[in-house]
Amino acid sequence: MEYILQFLLAFGATIGFGVMFNAPKNVLIYCGLAGGVGWIIYTVVMNTIDQNIIAAFLGSFVLTIISLLFARRLKTPVIVFIVCGIIPLVPGGLAYQAMRHIVTNDYQLAIEFIFQVGLVSGAIAIGIIFAETLNQVYYGIKGKLVRS
Amino acid sequence: MNEVEVVEVPRAEEEYSESFVRSVFFVSINAGKVLLESGAETYRIEDTMTRIASAYGIANTQVFVTPTVIIFSINDYSLTQTVRIDERFNNLARVIEINGLSREISNGLPIKKAIERLETIHETPSLPLWIMIIAAGLASAMFLIMFNGVPSDMLIAFIGGAGALLINESMLRYTRIKFFTEFFASFYVAITATIYIAIGFSLTEMLNTIIIASVMPLVPGVLITNAVREMIRGHLMAGATKGIEAMLTAVAIGVGVGVVFII
Repeated sequence: MEYILQFLLAFGATIGFGVMFNAPKNVLIYCGLAGGVGWIIYTVVMNTIDQNIIAAFLGSFVLTIISLLFARRLKTPVIVFIVCGIIPLVPGGLAYQAMRHIVTNDYQLAIEFIFQVGLVSGAIAIGIIFAETLNQVYYGIKGKLVRS
Repeated sequence: MNEVEVVEVPRAEEEYSESFVRSVFFVSINAGKVLLESGAETYRIEDTMTRIASAYGIANTQVFVTPTVIIFSINDYSLTQTVRIDERFNNLARVIEINGLSREISNGLPIKKAIERLETIHETPSLPLWIMIIAAGLASAMFLIMFNGVPSDMLIAFIGGAGALLINESMLRYTRIKFFTEFFASFYVAITATIYIAIGFSLTEMLNTIIIASVMPLVPGVLITNAVREMIRGHLMAGATKGIEAMLTAVAIGVGVGVVFII
């Protein structure tokens, strides 16, 4: 039940960002789905092993695979779904904490948060690239098999 | 008109008239320009531009794209142009539009039609500002719950998020300096949240959660992620530029919020 609520919230928030990024109406729902799934994976992993870097990586990896499927089906560039979908995963809260500790002169904690921001956003990016590269390799091999 | 004489460069097998080459050049570079202004990744822009040129039979092109400039050359005809880009914001409808155009070009769209399509691309409908503001507010309200906030604070998150976007967008019409608009927008977010809690409307007093949720429409999350992606793909310059842009935005937001904490 909790997860359904979380999914719906992420779905709505992603669509909100889709509107802000001027995505056309017919792809908005798919953006929302991608964002919702990414966030659910993130929450499930966070609740089981409590590692936000791994959770961000897996979330963005699954999100990108879904986005690639949508992109193929709707003949739309994959970036549309990814840009909207990663919004819930983005470490905005961590970046905020880092800046807040800097302004209150607590540099030790600030550095810790800055490192986390870097690692989490790196994990998101690597998740996306992993999925994209796997996709390329998969279709590359498939194409070769079909030709031969 | 005489054809451009190139001596040492290997020539394409077929000779094209200069006006045709110039048209292809026009289509390709403008497609790249629209893509860059709409927030597409640089490697995708380079790919699209090369593809458009080669679809019309022009090989040996060189293209270099960073977030602020496009340099494009058709080497066989010694044509080069540089385009400087000042404003970039996410406009996914345009990205989709250009992608469709490039797909049609590889399926054999005549060059005249392609030029017509490009000239009308700026008429792609853009949503009115008030819808975007409501969307930002709703997204902030939902983020509040996702970040373990309580439903009673949703209204203030809505006001914060919607107001932040409104301030940011309306100030951008008067000044190009994003640092200031983002600073004032996040200052507004922090001050409304602080006042809201000081008055005592909040049941839980989760100031941080409210501010994080309301500031989300400004947070450069996509920029940070894209910066890392560009770097991993080998576009070091684009990655570094985007990373610095994201860092500036984060600092602007942090300073805007921090000023309120200091007061």
